[in-house]
Amino acid sequence: MSLVNFTAREITCKIVYYGPGRSGKTTNLQYVYGRVPESRRGRMVSLATQTDRTLFFDFLPLELGSISGFTTKFQLYTVPGQSYYNATRKLVLQGADGVVFVADSQARRFDDNLESLQNLQDNLLAQGVDIRQLPVVFQYNKQDLPRDLILTQEEMDDALNFRSVQSFSADALHGAGVFETLKGVSELVLKRLAAGSAVA
Amino acid sequence: MTATLNPLYRFDTLVVGAANRLAFTAAKAVAESPGTVYNPLFIYARPGLGKTHLLMGIGHAARAINPRLSVEYLTLDEFVESFHAAVAAGQGEAYRRRFSDVDLLLVDDVQFLTHRREMQAELLRLSDALQTTNRQIVLTSDRPPAEIEALDERLIRRFAGGLVIDISAPDYETRVAILRRKAEERRASFGEGVLEAVGSLVIDNVRELLGALNRLVAFQAVSDTPLKPAQARALAGGTDTSDKSEKTERSPFPTKKADKTEPASKEGAEGVDEFGDFLSEVSATVAQQVDSWRTKVAAAILRWEGEGFSTTRLEALLQQEMTTDPEQVLHQFESDVRRLQALHAEASTLAPSLAGSSAFRDPEDISGAEAITQRARQGAHPPPAPLPIWRLDDLFESAGNRMALQAARAIVTDPATRYNPLVIVGASGVGKTHLLHALGNGLAARLKAPVACLSAHEFTGELIEAIDRHAVPAWRARYHSAAAFLLDDVHLVAEKDRTQDELFVLFNYLVESGRQMVFTSAVPLAEMTTVEGRLRTRLEGGLVVDLPPPEREIRQQVVERSLQAKVGTSDPELASYVGSRPVESVRAVHGLLQRVLNAAEAQGATPTVALAREVLEGSQPKPPRRPASSRSSGVVGAAGGTKSREKMVWDWPDIGDRIVEEWR
Repeated sequence: MSLVNFTAREITCKIVYYGPGRSGKTTNLQYVYGRVPESRRGRMVSLATQTDRTLFFDFLPLELGSISGFTTKFQLYTVPGQSYYNATRKLVLQGADGVVFVADSQARRFDDNLESLQNLQDNLLAQGVDIRQLPVVFQYNKQDLPRDLILTQEEMDDALNFRSVQSFSADALHGAGVFETLKGVSELVLKRLAAGSAVA
Repeated sequence: MTATLNPLYRFDTLVVGAANRLAFTAAKAVAESPGTVYNPLFIYARPGLGKTHLLMGIGHAARAINPRLSVEYLTLDEFVESFHAAVAAGQGEAYRRRFSDVDLLLVDDVQFLTHRREMQAELLRLSDALQTTNRQIVLTSDRPPAEIEALDERLIRRFAGGLVIDISAPDYETRVAILRRKAEERRASFGEGVLEAVGSLVIDNVRELLGALNRLVAFQAVSDTPLKPAQARALAGGTDTSDKSEKTERSPFPTKKADKTEPASKEGAEGVDEFGDFLSEVSATVAQQVDSWRTKVAAAILRWEGEGFSTTRLEALLQQEMTTDPEQVLHQFESDVRRLQALHAEASTLAPSLAGSSAFRDPEDISGAEAITQRARQGAHPPPAPLPIWRLDDLFESAGNRMALQAARAIVTDPATRYNPLVIVGASGVGKTHLLHALGNGLAARLKAPVACLSAHEFTGELIEAIDRHAVPAWRARYHSAAAFLLDDVHLVAEKDRTQDELFVLFNYLVESGRQMVFTSAVPLAEMTTVEGRLRTRLEGGLVVDLPPPEREIRQQVVERSLQAKVGTSDPELASYVGSRPVESVRAVHGLLQRVLNAAEAQGATPTVALAREVLEGSQPKPPRRPASSRSSGVVGAAGGTKSREKMVWDWPDIGDRIVEEWR
C-alpha cells in the first residue's frame, strides 16, 4: 500500500490494532468513532460474533480532509484476537503502515500478550516485514483496574517493549490514552514520509 | 518605519488551544528554523484572534535562539508608506536591498494589499528574493489569500506554496484559560464560576473577551461584594444564554457521564478536542513532511543554479504544488544534469571552443547539447598528416638504406605487429624525413584512417599552445585518435620534460591500443642522454635502423631526377659528375646541383659538366644577379654568414606546399 500518492495527492495510512483477544482493540476504535465528527468518519464496519468478539475485523475510515494539499485518510483496523483466527489477522495486517499493539494489563493475561506479540512478529515476517522497520506503538490497556490485578506501565514495558518504542497506558473504555496512542502511531507513520521509504 | 516587537507578545504568553494549536506549532517551527520549514508562512484569522501575537512571538523566539538574526516586523501599511517615502526620496533600490537582507520578515495585515498593484508586485519580488536566499517571510491577514480582493494570482500561488494556516475562534476551554491568565496578570481574583460564566458566552474575539474581563476587573474594584457568575455574564454583555443549551451544544456525548466523576460538559468538550488535537497534530506532521520535499526541491534549485544550470523544471514543480512525485522529478533532473556534464566534457575535449558553452546548461534541451556534441565529434580536429608528396615508391633503394626501406615496407604491409616502434637513425639530410612521410602515407593508405606525422618540434609547439589554452585533454585526444603516430627528429625532445612526459604516456597508450609508431632521430639513441631513460628504452625496444649517407649511385639518381624535374632534360654525364662529389647527404647533393643550375641560369646557358666543374671546383663565379621573379628555390649563400653547408636551407618548398602547411 502506498502511503503518499503524489499523483492523486492523497495520503492514506493503514493502522492496525493488534493484540490478544479481549484486550480492547475494538473498544479503542469505538471510542475514536465516538469522538470523530460525523462528517469526518466513514461507516464503522464491525463483524462480531454473537458474544461480541470480533469475528473478522473492524474497519474505521477517517477522512482528515485536505492537509497541505493532500487528501488525508486514515484507515483503522482491528484484528480478531483469538488465536484461531490467524488467517484473518494475516490478511488484515497486509500493507499496514503502522501497528498499535493493545496489550491487556491484567497480570493473568501476561502470557496471552507475549503470545500475541510473537504472533504479530511471525505474521509480519511471513509478509517480509521486519517488525523493527515498521512503526509500532504499545498500548497497555485496562490500567484503570485495581492495582493488584494489573501490571504497571513499567512492568509491561519490561515484559513486552524490548525495543523501547513509544508506549501508552490506557483505559480505552473511558477513552484515556486512546487518542494519545493514535497520535503516537500516526506521527511515526507520517514521519516515514521524510525517509521516503513508503513513497509511491 | 519598522515597528518594534511588543515584548508582551511572546509564545509563552500565548494561550494555546485547539483553535490555534496548528498555527502555533507552525509558528514555533518557523521560529526554530527560519527559511527552511514553511516559507512563506501565511496565518489568517478574524481580527482579535492572536495573529499579531503569534507573529511577534515568532520574532521573539527566533531572536532568542539566534540573537544575530535580523528580524523585521511591520504592518503592510508601514511597508507601503515607507516604500513610498523611499521612492520619493529616490532611495527605492536601497529600500529593496534593506528588506532583501532581512533574515526573518514579519508582515502584518497583508489584506490591505487589495487593489494595490504596485505593492503587490513589490511584495512578490521581495518574497521571491527572500525565498531564493532561504530567508523567512511570515504574513498575516484577516482572510485567506484567495479571498483578498484583486490579489495577484502569482502572490496567491507563492503563499499557497508555503503554508497557509488559519486560527479559528477559541473554544470554551481556551477562553477560560485566557481569562484566567489575564486575570492573573492583573492580579485580579474572582469567585468560583465567574470566569467560566464569561467563558461560556459566545465571545469568539479575544480582544472582546479581554474587554469583558476589563469590565469585570473594574466592577469588582468598586464593588464591596464579590461578583457572582450571573452578574459577570450580564456585565460581559451576555444575554440569557442558558447554561443548559450551552452545555448541550458543547457536549456531544452527554450520555457517557454516568460512570464518570468529571462533569459531563468537560468530558464532552474534551471529546471534541481529542479529535481536534489529533487532527492538528496530524496536519502539522503532514505539512512538515510534505514541506520537506519542498525544501529539498528548493535546495536542489539553489545547488544547480549555483552550478550554472537552468532550473525551470524544478521551479515549475514548486509552482505546481507537486502534482507529481518530486523525488522522481529531482532524480530525473539530476540525471539530465549529469548527462549534460558528460556531453560538455566530451565536447570541450573535441573542440576546446565549446568549453563553458551555455548550450550545456539547460537540462530542458539535452537534444540540443547532444547535437552540438555530435557535430564536434564529426568535425574533430585531425592530427597533422604526412606530406602527400613523398611516397615510398619514389625512394631509391641501395645497399645502405635497404634495411630501413624493407622495414618500412613491412610496416606498411603489417602495421603494429612486426616492428613497433621503428626508429630510423641517421645524420641530418640523409632522407629520414622523406622516408618517414613516405611511410606515413603508406600507412594512411593501408589503414584508411588519419595518421599523425609531425616533427618533435611541432609536437612541443602544439603542447605549449594546448597548455596555454587549457586544452591539453583535447590535444591528447587528437593523437589518441590517430591510427599511427610518426614523429620526426625525436632527439629534439631532449631536455623538454613535459613533452617527454606526454610522449611517454602517448607511447604507452598507442602501444596498448595496437597502433604503429615510427620515429626518426639524428642522434643515436645511446647518445640521447638528456632524454628520460623510460622513453629512450622504449624506443630502443623497437627496431632501430640506421640510414647511412647516400652512396654515389643514389646521389647520381637523385641528380638525374632533379635535373629532369627542373630543366626537363636528363644529362647522365652531369648527373654522374655531381653525384660523384664527396657529400654526406641528399640535401647536399641538391645544394650542389642548385648551385650549378643557378650559374647556368645567370649565364643564360644550359647546365653542363664543364659549368658544373667550374662552379664546384674552379674559382667561384661572380654571384649572379638574382632575377627574383623567376626563382622558386635557391641557396642561402655564404654571404648570409652561415658556416656549415649542412645547416643551410637549400630547398624552399614551393608556394603550393606552404599553403598546404599553413592550412594544416
